Amino acid sequence: MKDGFRQAMAWLHTWAGLIFGWLLFAIFLTGTLSYFKEEISHWAQPEVRRHALDPVASLGLAQRYLEANAAHSGNWMIRLPSEREAALSVGWRDPSGGRRGFVSKQLDAQTGQPVEARDSRGGEFFYRFHFQLQMPHPWGRWLATFCAFIMLLGLVTGIITHKKIFKEFFTFRPGKGQRSWLDGHNAIGVLVLPFHLMISYSSLVIFMYMVMPASIMASYGGNTNGYFNDLFGRDDVPKAANVAAPMVPLAGLYAKVQAQVPGARMGYIQVHNPGDRNARVSFAQASADNIAYKRSANWMFDGSTGELLSQGAPESAAMMTSFSFVGLHMGNFAGPWLRWLYFVFGVAGTAVIGTGLVMWLGKRQLKHAKRERMPAELRLVEVLNIASMSGLLLAVAGFFWANRLLPAALQGRADWEVNTFFVVWLLSLAHAVLRPGRRAWGEQLGLGALAFALLPLLNALTTGQGLNHSVAVGDWAMAGLDLTALGTGLFLAWAAGKMLRAPKAAAKRELKVSKASAEVVEVNGC
Amino acid sequence: MKRNAAGLPLSYRLAVTSRCLAAVLGGYLLASMASVCITLLVPLAQVDAAMTGMMLSFVFYLLAFIWCFACRSARHAWLGVLLPSLLLGLVNGLAYWMKNP
Repeated sequence: MKDGFRQAMAWLHTWAGLIFGWLLFAIFLTGTLSYFKEEISHWAQPEVRRHALDPVASLGLAQRYLEANAAHSGNWMIRLPSEREAALSVGWRDPSGGRRGFVSKQLDAQTGQPVEARDSRGGEFFYRFHFQLQMPHPWGRWLATFCAFIMLLGLVTGIITHKKIFKEFFTFRPGKGQRSWLDGHNAIGVLVLPFHLMISYSSLVIFMYMVMPASIMASYGGNTNGYFNDLFGRDDVPKAANVAAPMVPLAGLYAKVQAQVPGARMGYIQVHNPGDRNARVSFAQASADNIAYKRSANWMFDGSTGELLSQGAPESAAMMTSFSFVGLHMGNFAGPWLRWLYFVFGVAGTAVIGTGLVMWLGKRQLKHAKRERMPAELRLVEVLNIASMSGLLLAVAGFFWANRLLPAALQGRADWEVNTFFVVWLLSLAHAVLRPGRRAWGEQLGLGALAFALLPLLNALTTGQGLNHSVAVGDWAMAGLDLTALGTGLFLAWAAGKMLRAPKAAAKRELKVSKASAEVVEVNGC
Repeated sequence: MKRNAAGLPLSYRLAVTSRCLAAVLGGYLLASMASVCITLLVPLAQVDAAMTGMMLSFVFYLLAFIWCFACRSARHAWLGVLLPSLLLGLVNGLAYWMKNP
């Protein structure tokens, strides 16, 4: 601990940043990918065909399919195709089948028949990892939320540390080693500061009921459900009367919603007690239509008479505030351009964390530049830096390669894609342990460059939906991922080139180290 | 080990650990107490009061963290989070008792 307020805050910024930096880097990178969750899922399941949107026809197809295949179930769920999701998704509760008693199918939006797509989690994997960290419930969410808090703390202490922050923003001194890293760290940090503050605070709001439950306990006693009932204004659905009654066409109910809110897109549509006298159908407006979730944009119909029973209650100011933070974080409302801006901001956030980690080490390495070997704790940080940054990029590439190369008939195929991700990540950790720092960086970034740059080619060869096809038919989700992979590959190649060309000052030491470790068995990233 | 001992004495390490615990645990207690206090005292509907309390609680957690590392000693860190928590706890007890007699 140093004397002086700013020095103390700089100390806190440095150490909190180091300890949580590796995890935060992974959270930010996968979160950034999650802005293109549906697009990644589309890339991961190219078998799902895109058709012109026709909500009325889609509802008819969904109802027909569910009546034929899920008449025995007490709960149906429908998700209509949208600009971002090609498939018509249906699901139903079935205690005897499916994962966790829930069966879900993707239907072709034109034929209404199930699509035989390869088994893959697609963008859902990165999305879930972003806030659950592949840990059992609820620990992943707790840890991820605590990391978000540390990010917020890092931002505030960072602002305090650099009080001349806006003046320094216009200072960038490239090609000056440590200085350039600091300038870059500050410039990116300040440029996207409003985004960073929003994204880290809103993650706390998303899980506040979980991490800060004292208010709910004090106000609602043990009855947590009371809080959620007040919050979402849920109606109780009656039990099935066990008297058969034909369902009204869902398309007719959809028309009634459209009469109230013209042009509203639909999110989840749920049917309770289908084919019963007590059938209930609920419509919710799509999250793409508004920034904040609107509980008022919910409609409950009687499924056998078609009568509108209730509409969601209006929101209070506190609800609007919290729902707006959640909506800003998720970015579901964003169109293509704003979505790309979100992506760029997310990359910037990832870069701020990455440059911070690199700087922490660089500053301390300078002190030991004359020594033969780095102190063990610095070496540990170096290995973790490499594995958490270039290693994670390799793991992401590994996931995409596995998606294209694993046979469609493989049992538990989606799990094997996830396993590939973690195995590649682990191998890159082993590689970072065995190879000297700069070489490990260079080799992993180089391999990453190849893996990403060749991804469009692999896609073209395995699915026939390469860039020549996707650009021609205007499938920009497919082309976008290919082009982004190509761009990532080029960037990584540039970075790998920098790393493999050792700087003059460090060249001698590097040479000694690499000679000493020449006998060490080389383990490649994947 | 020798390097560590030469650079930073054990008492310093213990003090830093103590400050960390004060920030994480004491800060959480302070944030919880503050959020309950807001929830019980703010003149809003029940659900809005609870949300407002929870949304503002993180500000207190943040301030507690900053305090714990900015103050002069680990003892001050603990005092700085525990005394306000105690005070808020008393207010909360009173407010809870008046609402649920």
